[in-house]
Amino acid sequence: MVWRGCAFWEEAAMGKQVLLVEDEMNIVEAIRFLLSREGWDVDTHSDGASAIDVIRDRKPDLVVLDVMLPGKSGFDILEELRGDDATADLPVLMLTARGQSRDREMAEKAGVSRFMTKPFSNTEVLTAVRDLLYVHGQRT
Amino acid sequence: MAREGMTGSRIRERRSVAGLRQADLARMLGISASYLNLIEHNRRRIGGKLLLDIARVLDVEPTMLTEGAEAALMATLREAATQANLPAAEAERADELAGRFPGWAEVLAASHRRIASLERTVETLSDRLTHDPHLATSVHELLTTAAAIRSTAAILAEDPDLTQDWRDRFHGNLDQDSRRLADSSRALVQYLDEGQGVEDAGASPQDELEAFLTDHKFAFETLESGADTPDSIVTKATALRSNAARHMARGILQKVAEDAAQAPRAAVRRAVKELGPDPVALARRLGVPVPMVLRRLASLPELNLGLVICDRAGSLLFRKPAAGFVIPRFGSACALWPLFAALAQPGRLIRTPVVQLGRGRAAFDCVAVAETVGQPDYNSAPLLQASMLVLPAAAADSGEALEVGASCGVCPREPCPGRREPSILTGGL
Repeated sequence: MVWRGCAFWEEAAMGKQVLLVEDEMNIVEAIRFLLSREGWDVDTHSDGASAIDVIRDRKPDLVVLDVMLPGKSGFDILEELRGDDATADLPVLMLTARGQSRDREMAEKAGVSRFMTKPFSNTEVLTAVRDLLYVHGQRT
Repeated sequence: MAREGMTGSRIRERRSVAGLRQADLARMLGISASYLNLIEHNRRRIGGKLLLDIARVLDVEPTMLTEGAEAALMATLREAATQANLPAAEAERADELAGRFPGWAEVLAASHRRIASLERTVETLSDRLTHDPHLATSVHELLTTAAAIRSTAAILAEDPDLTQDWRDRFHGNLDQDSRRLADSSRALVQYLDEGQGVEDAGASPQDELEAFLTDHKFAFETLESGADTPDSIVTKATALRSNAARHMARGILQKVAEDAAQAPRAAVRRAVKELGPDPVALARRLGVPVPMVLRRLASLPELNLGLVICDRAGSLLFRKPAAGFVIPRFGSACALWPLFAALAQPGRLIRTPVVQLGRGRAAFDCVAVAETVGQPDYNSAPLLQASMLVLPAAAADSGEALEVGASCGVCPREPCPGRREPSILTGGL
């Protein structure tokens, strides 16, 4: 991996919490492994309907959010997050198998921080998470 | 000899260009070589279906055969000018353009035809990707599984320090996902193989029903004459593969049989000959309800009229296309169609000139009415069905006509109070 062993990034990752909201268990396992290995504290959740409550409860530093979730879509979850002062600035990386420009438009309208289409590479995910956490960390 | 009189010579010329022998073309058309020979020597007049079939086989516009290349070119240039909203004075200079710059005129006409063809393909594919639930789910499944495999395989390949426990776990996941990918790919290929390309997906029961109705040209002579029953027709229909499609076809045929009993085709034809395709006048003359008249008019092949029927939820139950009037194959139709306005006022007959926006401004006269279906009951909202007959009309100026689309995804109208989603024609894919 590009960043493992780099003291700057390992230090930057320390204590940062990532919540992965995804219902495909093998994707969850791979991403959790990847992010944990980089030093982030990774939590997972697979249900769209209760995702908002979980985010409010756990207060992660970043949310990796799938679009097609049981109970509620990622777009709806994102809109609710942006409508709440407490989560309006929360970095959200959206993962979707729907790569049409209309979906990207919808995600941007809803206030997504980064949009990524499946199948993604591990490097892309790590870069995005690192960018979002670092930029967000600098801003706050 | 008049220009039309040279149709046979043009057919012979195009056949030679296509490298076909007379006997080959005759066989493809299902006619004898001697008959084709008479046609090619301008000794038999030709028109209608045979002309269209020849044009299709030779891959040319029918007007090119009847009126020559020049007329076909002019027709295409005028169509291109109309669709580009060129002022009339400019559009009328198409002759001058073709005369002074024949090469450029050909290029422009060919590009126009190509754009129209590509737009049709994009509409169909976009419609399918957006609204065909089976295809959307299959593609989502493929991409999701591919994402899991890609991510897991990369971890296995790139991390030499992976513990044996994790290695075993990821190998197990890979095995599971690769099986899943194989199954979903096979299912998707099978789904696509059932059809014959973009225009014929042949997948959903609705597709099967449409293929069945199109095969019969929406007319069932043997059913109307009593020689066949709905069941016997459904049993013989190879296009109807699923139970759902057979069930829907049986319902439609039953309705055709009931309509034919009350308004026999011969009586309808006589009345139309005298009164024209005026639904109200025909309903009075035949003593049957207007919705039945709309169905009977649409069942006459010679009139070439379109018919759309929807239920109270707005779902399209029956779609018989009229030339130039686009009816979406998947998903919802334009909310501005008089068909849906009729649902709000059951029993009231709506007649509206309509311009459908899309590749151009196609003009139609639409007659719509909603009727109650099912048995009445206390305190129960009536179930409704609305029918809309689509009649061709002379080119209408938008001042009078209601501007509608086919469905939001392929409609250029901006802004529109009925818009549900952005258009791929204005916003791109």
